[in-house]
Formats: sequence, structure tokens, C-alpha cells
Amino acid sequence: MSAAEQTAEQKKFNMDTVANAAATPQTELPWAELGLKHNEFEEVVKVLGRRPTAAELAMYSVMWSEHCSYKSSKNHLRQFGDKVTEEMKKDMLVGIGENAGVTNLGDGWAVTFKIESHNSPTMIEPYQGAATGIGGIVRDIISMGARPVAVMDPLRFGAIDHPDTARVIHGAVAGIGGYGNSLGLPNIGGEVVFDSVYQGNPLVNALAVGIMRHEDIRLANASGLGNKVVLFGARTGGDGIGGASILSSESFDDTKPSKRPAVQVGDPFAEKVLIECCLELFKGSLVEGIQDLGAAGISCATSELASNGDGGMDIELTSVLLRDPSLTPGEILMSESQERMMAVVSPQNVAAFEAVMDKWAVEYSWLGEVTDTNRLVIKWDGEVIVDVDPRTVAHDGPVYDRPYARPQWQDALQADTFKASAAGQNLPATGAELRAALVELMASPNMCSKDWVTNQYDRYVGGNTALATPDDAGVIRVDEETGMGVALATDANGRYTYLDPYHGAQLALSESYRNVATSGAIPLAVSDCLNFGSPEDPDVMWQLAEAIRGLSDACMELGVPVTGGNVSLYNQTGTTAIHPTPVVAMLGKFDDIARRTPSGWRADADGQAIYLLGTTFDELDGSEFANIRGHLGGMPPKVDLAAEKTLGAILINASRDGMIDSAHDLSEGGLGAALGEMALRYGVGARVALDDLCERDGVDAFTALFSESQARAVVAVPRSEEVRFNDMATARQFPVVRLGVVDAASTSLEVQGQFDLDLAELREAHEATLPKYFG
Amino acid sequence: MPRIVVDVMPKPEILDPQGKAIVGALPRLGFTAFSQVRQGKRFELTVDGEVTEEILAQARTAAERLLSNPVIEDVVNVEVVAD
Repeated sequence: MSAAEQTAEQKKFNMDTVANAAATPQTELPWAELGLKHNEFEEVVKVLGRRPTAAELAMYSVMWSEHCSYKSSKNHLRQFGDKVTEEMKKDMLVGIGENAGVTNLGDGWAVTFKIESHNSPTMIEPYQGAATGIGGIVRDIISMGARPVAVMDPLRFGAIDHPDTARVIHGAVAGIGGYGNSLGLPNIGGEVVFDSVYQGNPLVNALAVGIMRHEDIRLANASGLGNKVVLFGARTGGDGIGGASILSSESFDDTKPSKRPAVQVGDPFAEKVLIECCLELFKGSLVEGIQDLGAAGISCATSELASNGDGGMDIELTSVLLRDPSLTPGEILMSESQERMMAVVSPQNVAAFEAVMDKWAVEYSWLGEVTDTNRLVIKWDGEVIVDVDPRTVAHDGPVYDRPYARPQWQDALQADTFKASAAGQNLPATGAELRAALVELMASPNMCSKDWVTNQYDRYVGGNTALATPDDAGVIRVDEETGMGVALATDANGRYTYLDPYHGAQLALSESYRNVATSGAIPLAVSDCLNFGSPEDPDVMWQLAEAIRGLSDACMELGVPVTGGNVSLYNQTGTTAIHPTPVVAMLGKFDDIARRTPSGWRADADGQAIYLLGTTFDELDGSEFANIRGHLGGMPPKVDLAAEKTLGAILINASRDGMIDSAHDLSEGGLGAALGEMALRYGVGARVALDDLCERDGVDAFTALFSESQARAVVAVPRSEEVRFNDMATARQFPVVRLGVVDAASTSLEVQGQFDLDLAELREAHEATLPKYFG
Repeated sequence: MPRIVVDVMPKPEILDPQGKAIVGALPRLGFTAFSQVRQGKRFELTVDGEVTEEILAQARTAAERLLSNPVIEDVVNVEVVAD
């Protein structure tokens, strides 16, 4: 074929209309390169009754991708909707399936929050990947009708000393700070974990939370015959087109930018304007339905809006404002350009809508209208290039029951307990050894101070942050008059989940529940981000199935519903998957944030009694101490949801009744880490003894300090409240033991009979680690 | 002393928020002739002594590996400027 003939051929393909598709059934389409499987392509042909046009193929391929359709996890995710009691539904105003769940806070207030992954974009281009992760999750919150008020970022990177880790962490942290700080949203918490399993697959999850009045809730649906469809915000460019270079067969212009997929570049100032402009639209009730544009861009927005509405939709694609005029229809449909929204506006509100756009200098273009045909029809210069049932694109994608089986290596892994292993010999026993072990632990990559990261974020912008990293939960004031507010914590432990996916996921939930309760808030709702390897590997699929089963069972028992979230699969390099990492975000409520409990004792806490709530077992498998010694095996700590509930109730009531002045939950690093962190928080020392604890629970000092048993917390109780506090714990039959006292005059953490650890020395070790590696 | 000038531009298909902000501001100040702005950056690397081929090659490598982010930017020019 000559070049001229080829150009003519491609030009024809570019104008691939529905009529053309019907007339040329034999045309070869690049479905495999777009990520569709053969059976999926055949399903598209069956649904349409003909071959898809190039534009339709683009839509189906992105909407039926794992990322958008949840095809491997859908059958399992149903449990989050099924294992829900009437009591749990009581405060859920909007559940799973919308852009984000909405939970009632009372007094007419509601809160919406969601966590999502932006893992692979961050691996490719750390700064922009992490930045647009924030941008995307914030738009989910806006599209629910809420004002975003805070963000959080659980981050997982490869080994701290690997050269690529420095590349990824510098870019990701700067991107999160650059975008979030510019938006004026405080970053109130998250996690930073280093583990070589994440070397080729760093996990960058992003959470956003927003608040609104009940009447402001907006949903993503296009209803009402004749209502107008509008796209507004940034222009559409070639950003993030997944594998769309394949669609070059669609193109007849070889002068266009060629290096796709292009990285999505975020513009936080444009997003800030978009927030204010959307809130003004909501205030004037100028939109009937709204949807943010994220993954799969216009394909997703049009098909979701149309299928959630009561009719169909007609769109003229040449009306889309473009940044890159060389984009083909398929590329426009797939583009993931940032800072865009789509809305449905009734004809009488068109002028008012345009006035708001002009006020904020936001570009917009009217694309079409809602019809009663039940079809999504997209035209290119008047010619029909897409004519589909929107439900087949958005909701009725393929669903797989992927085979899964308990991995053959799981038994051997669980049998390899820490204390029986070579790494578990010669454990610290003397005071000097225990002291050195605690310093080493507090300086280790996962337990060290994360200030180097979090100091690059603005934690207090907006003036409503009541608690933030390194406290157990981030706390934001919602209502300035009553002091009502919300607390948020995100947690996951990939090591626990690798050892036992069912219980590991429950441990993530337990810890986030405990963190929120420790701050004094009542846990209300969950959003989760499930980061796993390839679902086509039965071992990984088993981890995913078990984690979802475990998490949904535990949510039901704790009475906290999952309101939304995200699944990120294929996080693996070659055949090596990451540790299964279900990140759980817990949202809690304060009637008055003035009653929040900080995580460290202050100088004015001098003489307060330090108590440990809960029971300590010999549970070192999967612990951070074992991690330092390079061991991973055995069984993770036991899950005890009933104990978590009781502990939570004690912490919440004690906070409300003023019985405790500070509290810190025990998790990674155990009691040793908790005491160290409480002392370092404000640089105030303490004297504690482990004897009563060791005698009661039958453990040695090493186990008392480093075991990671669950359902435990350390609290500081004013002398005047000791009797009341003890009575409350006893009435609830919850184990409590007095460890010692806060000593404001002391500058050390003294564990009597064992060691005296100078806080300056501990702080230096704790805070030097990240700067040492990352400058 | 001679300098090596390196010019870096965002790739054409990549969003350039700074350029976008400038193109929005131009007409407000009465400059109506410009329809697009792309903002790049210029580096000046001073060399003590003569610029040899080897030094220029080093500058090119540094431009690709450090001065630009090859994922989103192109090095559009590396040249020697004598004072």
C-alpha cells in the first residue's frame, strides 16, 4: 500500500461512524492492544450487534478495564454491601457506587470521604503522579456537593537505601505538598512505610474528606429530558491516554505529539477555582447532576451520568474544548486531563450557570442534552460515532470469577515463627540490650520520625485542624459554633496481611478503629483502598478474596459500614506481587473537638498516672522488631474485635468525661514504641515499671516492650481521675495495669530495673533516619 | 568565561500550567496578538577554560539526566555562548 493509500485508509478509519462499522464488519480493530481480551471484544460485538466503531472501542476498552470495572473484584466486593445491618445503614446517606459515600453527622451536617490509589502514575512520574492523585480524589469529594476540608496520604516505598526509592519519595512527597498546599487543604495524616516488596510498585494512596449540609448532596445522574450537558474546567489534552498510541491507526496526521501515553500534569490553582465555582453552582441549585472526570475521562462521565439517569444522552464531541487539536475522537473520549467536571443543567438555569463560569473565568462548552432514547449517542461533526446502551459501558462490563486457592507456600510461611527462627535467637534480655533495641527500633525506617515527609505538607491551613500527624488520627473541626468535628486515620500492615490475609485485613481495620477511638472520636464509617498484585495469579486472588471477606466480616462486627473505596490490582513486578496491602481509612465523629485526646503527655501532665489498657501476649511474628532482624513468618497478632470495641468505648468515654489527658494506641513496635513516641511528642519524660504487666500477662520484659498484641492503648490519667478511670475499666471487665507516672522534671524515659533512656538521644536516633537517606 | 546554555521545554502534549496562566494574563494587559504561551527554562553552565567536545558532551548528558525530566520535558537546545 502506498503512503497516499495508507493515509486515505486511515482517514476513513478516523471517521469511523456507526454506519461505517455496520457496513465494514471485517475491519481489524486493535482491541488486544487496548487491553481487551478476545472474549471481551466478542462481548462488545454481541452487545452492539455489530463491530464497534473506533470511538466505541476506545470507550469499552477503558470502561471495561480492571481499574474502572472492578471485573476481578466485583463478585467479592459485594460483601461490603451485603454484610450490613440496619443499624449500620442509619447514618449512611449515600453508600457504595457513587463518587464517594456520605455519612450523617447530625445537626444537618454530612461528611463525605474516600480513598483511592494513584500507584502506577506515581511510579512513572512521581511528582505529577502523586499530585494528580490528590487532584482526582478531591474532585470526587466536590462532585458529591461537599467542600473538601482535608487530605491524607498513606505511602509505601521500596527499601529505604535503594537508589530508586529516593527518586520516587522526593517526587511523590513534593507533588503531594505542591498540589495539596496550593489547594489550601491541610494534609492531616497517613503513613510512610518502606519495604523492598514495593520497590517496583510504590503505593501512593490519597484520601480526601469534605463536609456539606444535607441539602447539598449531589449525585452523578443525568435525568430530565432536554436538560443540557456541559463540560467545564480545564481543556482536554492527550493526558494519561492508556496505551492510546495504539489508536494511532485512527490518526491521519503524523505531525502530532507522538510520545503517548502522556503524563497527566496537574494544575492545583485551576482545581481551587473549580472547587469554588462548583460550590457556587451547588448553592444556587444550578446543576441537576454532576460527575468529575478521572480515569476514562469523558467515556466514564457520559456513560455513568447517562446510565444513572432516567434516559439517554446526545453529545457532539467536536464541541469539547481541546488543548491539543490533533486528538482523535477516541483519544478525546479516553483522555484523563485533570481539573475537568461534567454537569447536567436544566434549560432555565443555563444563563445562571454561564454567569457563574464567567465569574470564576472557568472555560465550559455545551456538549449536548439528555434524551429519552436510553442510548448514549456521540456525534463527530454530526456523524454518529458512538451509539450504545450506556449501562453496557458503565455497569454491565465483564465480571470474572477468577480462580483462587490458598498458596502452597502459606503453611510453611505460617509455620516459620520468629522465636523459633535463627533471627529470633539471642533476643535482648538485659536492661542495656533492651535499651539498645528500643533505640534501634525507633530509628528503623518504618518506626522513625516521618517529619521529613510531613513537614513538607501544610497541616494547619484553613485553621480547622485540631490534631494531625504524628497524633493517632487527624482531627478537623466541622462546625465552628458547636465544635463538632471528624477524625480520620488510615492503616494497613502488608506484613500481617501477607502472613494471613483474612486476619491481616481485620488488623488494618482494628488499628484504624483504635486510632480514631484513641483520639476520642466515635468510629462511624470506612473507606478502603485494596492494593494487591495480579488477580490472574490464584495466590494473589486468594489474598484478595480473603482480605475482602475478613474486612467485611469485621466491619459488620464493629458496626462500621464501608461507604466506598478503590481496588488497585496488578501491583507486581514480573511474577512477584507486593504484599497484599488493604489500606483502611476510618472516619469518626466528635461532638466537640475540644475533647480530643492528644497522643503525648505535656509538661503540665506532671505526676499523671500512666496506664496500659489491654492484654499483652507473646506476639512477635510479623512485628517491626522481627522486621529489623529481617524475619517475616508465623502468624500475625490475634484479632479481638470485641476487645477493640470495649477499648474504643473506654477511650471515647474517658475523653468525653475528662478522665484522660493523653492516649496513644499500641500497634507497630508495641509498648516500647508507644512509650517512646508519647515521651518524644512534647519532650516530657516518665518513669514506668513493667513488673506488674509481666507478672499478670506471663511475659518477659522483651515481649512486654515489643509484642504487637492488639486492642491495647497507653493513657495518662490525672491523679484526681484515677479511681473513676479504674472503676470504668473494671466495670467493663477490661484489663488495665498501672505502669508508672509522667515526670516533667525528667528528660528521660526510665523503665525501672531495666534502663534509663535519655530523650535527647532517642530523639536524635528517631529523627535522623529520613534526613540521612533523603537529605 | 564561556558558558553552555541549556534550554528545556515541556513536551508539546504536556499541560503547562504556567504558560496557561500567562496566556490568560496577556490580553488583560493589552497584549492581544498571542494565542499560545509555553514556558520553559534556561540553564547557564559556566566553564572555567575552554569548552571541549568532552565538556559539551557532559553538558548534554547532564541536560538529559538532571536538568530535564525526560518524562515530561525535552532538551531543545545545548549551545556554547562566549562572553
